[in-house]
Amino acid sequence: MALLDLDPKVVATARRLAAKAAEPVVAIAKAHTTVAVERATLRLAGITGADSTHRAGDVPWVNRVVDTVREQCGLEHGVVLPAFHALREHDLATLTELAEATAAGQVRFTIPEGRDRTRARKAATAAVTRGIRTVDRNRAQREKLVAKLGDPAQRPWIYLIVATGDIDEDVVQAQNAARAGADVIAVIRSTGQSLLDYVPEGATHHGFAGTYATQENFRIMRAALDEVSKEVGRYVRLTNYASGLCMPEIAVLAGLQRLDMMLNDSMYGILFRDINPIRTFVDQRFSRQVHARAGIIINTGEDNYLTTADAVEAAHTVTVSQLLNEHFAHEAGLPDHLLGLGHAFEINPKVPESFRLELAHALLARELFPDAPLKWMPPTKHMTGDVFNGYLLDGFFNLAGVLTGQSILLVGMMTEAVVTPFLSDRDLALANVRYVLDAAGGLRDDFRPAPDGLIVKRAHQVLGEAVDLLARIVDDGLLDAIADGTFGLMKRPADGGKGADGVVAKADGYCNPASDLLEAR
Amino acid sequence: MKRHVRPYGDTTGDGMVQTSFTLPVPFGPKADGAAQQLANKMGIDPAMVVHSHAIGADFTFFVVYGSVGHIVDLDEVRVVEREYPLLSPSEVNTTLKKLLRRKLVVVGGCIGTDAHTVGIDAILNIKGFAGEKGLEYYRELKVVNLGAQVSVPELVRRARAEKADAVLVSQVVTQRDAHVLNTREMAAAFREAMGDRRPLLIAGGPRFDPLMAGELGVDRVFGRGTTPGEVASYLVHAVQTKKEGAA
Repeated sequence: MALLDLDPKVVATARRLAAKAAEPVVAIAKAHTTVAVERATLRLAGITGADSTHRAGDVPWVNRVVDTVREQCGLEHGVVLPAFHALREHDLATLTELAEATAAGQVRFTIPEGRDRTRARKAATAAVTRGIRTVDRNRAQREKLVAKLGDPAQRPWIYLIVATGDIDEDVVQAQNAARAGADVIAVIRSTGQSLLDYVPEGATHHGFAGTYATQENFRIMRAALDEVSKEVGRYVRLTNYASGLCMPEIAVLAGLQRLDMMLNDSMYGILFRDINPIRTFVDQRFSRQVHARAGIIINTGEDNYLTTADAVEAAHTVTVSQLLNEHFAHEAGLPDHLLGLGHAFEINPKVPESFRLELAHALLARELFPDAPLKWMPPTKHMTGDVFNGYLLDGFFNLAGVLTGQSILLVGMMTEAVVTPFLSDRDLALANVRYVLDAAGGLRDDFRPAPDGLIVKRAHQVLGEAVDLLARIVDDGLLDAIADGTFGLMKRPADGGKGADGVVAKADGYCNPASDLLEAR
Repeated sequence: MKRHVRPYGDTTGDGMVQTSFTLPVPFGPKADGAAQQLANKMGIDPAMVVHSHAIGADFTFFVVYGSVGHIVDLDEVRVVEREYPLLSPSEVNTTLKKLLRRKLVVVGGCIGTDAHTVGIDAILNIKGFAGEKGLEYYRELKVVNLGAQVSVPELVRRARAEKADAVLVSQVVTQRDAHVLNTREMAAAFREAMGDRRPLLIAGGPRFDPLMAGELGVDRVFGRGTTPGEVASYLVHAVQTKKEGAA
């Protein structure tokens, strides 16, 4: 029920402007491919494993093949035509054999023409279709398990992070967290994985402040959560990160291993990791198409803006980013119920009426996106070593989440910015959430902010500022706005950043069965 | 201030403290007794286990209040004073603006064969480390992150081209003292190429000892756990000292 009395005309204007701002970027995304999109396609076609004999350590087979194809005949036509043509020419049985032969320098890749092209295309489509069927089966399996075991009894869903660096320890922590009430487990990635231009292989035990996202780690954790789901009688969801230079590949691995939510923001990598903007938009579009197919809820990263910029002054940049993320997601085929748009409780607690301002911002997001499973993120910027104060702040964060109908609540830790959470910190944090849910779970029904009060006025003001900023972005162009430091204060020119050399303009004869199958929804 | 002090609960000299911890013991009387014993060994006597509850089947969490017998001798307190104050990002920005009237240029990278950009990215990337934003976040710093496996000649060339005020190198790999050798080579190259006009040289990595700066030929060494804020504050301090020296 609408409490803010937002003007539908203003809301429609905001959406129209967001679509207009995104339009040229979508066109660029459609006109290009990247090394990561091509590798993701090969993963869907069935390549797994890595070259363990390479001097640089384990190099995934998909990297070997894509790099070699690029060297020998370019990627403008996509990787599958030369790869599947070579498979037939060299009479190899599997893609893994092709990869091994590639590494041994025995394969000469060329772009097939005429009947050869048709044959290669057919074989590739058949292989990729098998991959997509696995994704479809996983989606059906999730639906079956949810029907059997059930969703969490309450909203918001309780989202908890584990991050030990060792997948085996993560399993123990994740299962315990589920038993203690967590509905969603997120495994944080190792620091720096977003800047790796390959996905590591196998089970890993030595991450830095997090655990590497690998296909095997995904499998291990999903299996562990399936086990504990049965025990606790509800389907416990698994989250990881489709971001950084391997965004499309990780999205594919998530689909293949039945992950349930993925962090996937349209601009985070550009702004906070200095990844090339074009690379990001191309990779993002493909990864969102995969997520749409896999029924994976994406989580966007608007909370990050507020950790760099002031949460009151920059509140409207969150709204703008949510609207852009929404548009890019819709364009890629994601429906509202898979849009975990993000926002956060990051206003300085010393600001007078800070809690009312938080409520205004949170309600604005709720009413702008009524059908999206909004992700509500806890205070980090103003958490200090004063853990007692931090516990109180987290309580207010939980209350704001309940009062404004947030959908996914990332549990705040009182030891944020102090230590990685102790077992007891997590337990106390969950007790905090449970208390607020039990004590005030239905308070939303009684909550009516005064029509001319601070909350309503503030929400209108933020929406107005968002519309103004969107209009400026439309005038400047989104890429120039990013280059000028509009978001999170970072200036990122379209030709700069990491991974720019992995962007390739598509030729007329570009062929990618994965894109074709995912587009034809 | 008296020389000898004890913790203050509500009465001078009562020695009262409060602490909490978890033991890998199932909840029950035995667990409470175990907590009592630990508190006693920590010097809390008498100790009151005022709260305990189970965390899963195998752990118990406790809150303990009690009086510690220990006495603090203030004359024996030795603190290592950082020779520069820790500044907030906005303080760093205003001070630099006043000092230089232009942005301070920082060039960073991993030298040698080291491909571990974790450290340099934690300091430079806006994402930052330990809840602090990286140097890119600072309005008055221009950051050029060269990434991994930068050769020393390339680093010198870029530092010169960018007119770097400071050069940050990160070294994570320490096999056969590679971090020490690489850093020395880098310092020597800058001395040779630029003499006294060389930028500030800063090395960082988990296996560096901050006392090694002189031996390595750099201005400053940062060890494990260094945050971007500490590096930024140091940069301000170093620029300030240089200016004062020149004036």
